[in-house]
Amino acid sequence: MTELDTMSGIKKDSNISRLREIGIIFPLFFFGLIIAIRNPYFVTWENIRYILLDASILNIVAIGEMMVILTGGIDLSVGSNLALTGMIVSMLYRDLPNLPVILAPILGIIIGGICGAINGLFVAKGRVIPIIATLSTMYIFRGLVYIISQGKWVNAHEMPEGYKLLTRVEVFGIPILIIYAFIVFLLFYYILNYKSIGRSIYAVGNNPQSAVYIGIDKTKVLFLVYLISGILSGLSGVLYTSRFASAESSAAVGFELSAISAVVIGGAKTTGGSGKIGGVVLGVLLLTMIVNGLNIMRISPFYKLALQGLMFLTAIVIDSLIAERTQKRYRRRS
Amino acid sequence: MKLKIKITWEIILLILIILVFVISSILSPYFLDIVNLLDNTTNFMEKGLISLAMAYIIISGNIDISVASNMGMTSAFMGVLHRAGTNIWICVLIGLLIATLGGFLNGYLIVRFRLPAIAITLGTYALYRGIAYILLQDTAVGIESESFMYLGQGYIGNTPIPFSLVVYIIFAFIFGFILHKTTLGRYIYATGNNEQACKFSGIPVEKIKIILFTLIGFMSGLGTIFLTSRLSSIRPDIGSGLELEVIATVVLGGVSILGGSGNMIGVVLSLFLLGYLTYSLNLLNIPSQVITIILGLLLVSTILISNFIEQRRKLVKS
Repeated sequence: MTELDTMSGIKKDSNISRLREIGIIFPLFFFGLIIAIRNPYFVTWENIRYILLDASILNIVAIGEMMVILTGGIDLSVGSNLALTGMIVSMLYRDLPNLPVILAPILGIIIGGICGAINGLFVAKGRVIPIIATLSTMYIFRGLVYIISQGKWVNAHEMPEGYKLLTRVEVFGIPILIIYAFIVFLLFYYILNYKSIGRSIYAVGNNPQSAVYIGIDKTKVLFLVYLISGILSGLSGVLYTSRFASAESSAAVGFELSAISAVVIGGAKTTGGSGKIGGVVLGVLLLTMIVNGLNIMRISPFYKLALQGLMFLTAIVIDSLIAERTQKRYRRRS
Repeated sequence: MKLKIKITWEIILLILIILVFVISSILSPYFLDIVNLLDNTTNFMEKGLISLAMAYIIISGNIDISVASNMGMTSAFMGVLHRAGTNIWICVLIGLLIATLGGFLNGYLIVRFRLPAIAITLGTYALYRGIAYILLQDTAVGIESESFMYLGQGYIGNTPIPFSLVVYIIFAFIFGFILHKTTLGRYIYATGNNEQACKFSGIPVEKIKIILFTLIGFMSGLGTIFLTSRLSSIRPDIGSGLELEVIATVVLGGVSILGGSGNMIGVVLSLFLLGYLTYSLNLLNIPSQVITIILGLLLVSTILISNFIEQRRKLVKS
């Protein structure tokens, strides 16, 4: 932590984060307008519903990723975790079609949680730096998917109907997938803002040293965030395979980049300690909308990755510029 | 005390290499063959070239996870130009330039916006690979130039010594010399140990960062050229996952992931250890996914072990 960070931290909670969230709404409308002018289909109910459905799974993963980023870490293994859990659970349902469907999300949470706990052990107990720990597990989990599935898919007709219905039911006309995402959002909104563990996560990211001095168990908090990230990725793995009615070994490759981008675009600082869950939701919406817009405007899907990288870089550069400016103002005043 | 431990680390690496050789020759009769062993080095020379520069980056307390994507971007540019009928050697020069620029951009953004290297290179990890996909979509470009193929597949005269191995050894000497015998080398260690203190003592930390990232860009370009020459085809997903192997090589070579310590001999030894381990696993028909898992486990356990040793040492001292 440099002096720069602690200085900007003083004013952080007052203006900037609010300004930053409004800052995402701008491009959200701007890009929305451009896409809508190019193709009016974009603003039909059918398409908006589709965007929200697409955003739901990313939203669940991104919230987990946000917890990790809040502590100043990073979790690159979420995409592989999602694929691994999705594969194991759908293979289980392929072989045991009579298993109650209600067990699927629970299994996802357990398997994803185990993967997350492995990351947590490496980072919190083993003090391996997060990017190396999760880069390794990203390849380890992905390798395991190939080994377990032997490169084969679980296809739609092999999945029990109930498993596919898990994400296809509607409650009062609202697709249940969106409701899942909303519940996860509410739960973590509450935890982050009103529970002491939530505040501890911010504290560890803001200044690990002083967090320890005021009696926060840093090891526990670090372990917990990777566990949460794993649990949410695992849950998403089940939802993902259910929604697309297939499980393949290369599912969700690059999903970690989307999740991290959404979190960073949503205003969380990569060095940790600041970021709002509402911003993450907006970041997810912006990303999903742009990807959807590319499809609608019939722009090659190959542009997606580069665009994501560009948006990610723009977001962190803008954040840095804002911090620089506030710091200057702060210096002048003192 | 410190010197003693450094020596032990390299001896451990040497013992591991011997172990890999002994076990592999018992398990496979094809392993211990000098021509094969020399020939096989071509498979990991591009990793070797990049790991030399990655060692600088990690010693200086930074990290670059965009190297493999930079290779993809470079390769894609070369492919597009070559398909349009450009002479392969001009493609090579432009490729080197683009890779170097890619590295420079990383360094510039890190320094200009005072952002952590992890954040910037994660962004360019997506951006560069994305550019590769935009340029080549899902096509591949074949190369049929004998002289170009020599780079990655050729041998020195009539000997079984591959050309790429010689290039690697020359670069390893240069990188080792700069790191251990020049002021720049000392600055790299100093930056990794305490960046703040370096700034206060007048070391041009920002300039060094830009130089190092530009350098790793150039080395990625060189690696790309050897890789495309060996594969004699250009694809947008070329080298994906290579960043893990390169970082694993450096960390296994005894370079602390937190910066400030490590040396070149270790990095060279660990390259051959990992390279021959992979070769022997290939001979035993172990699928590449399993090899990747082994690499990942190796990387994490190396760091875990060195953290454990560090902790022990602290406990003994206090």
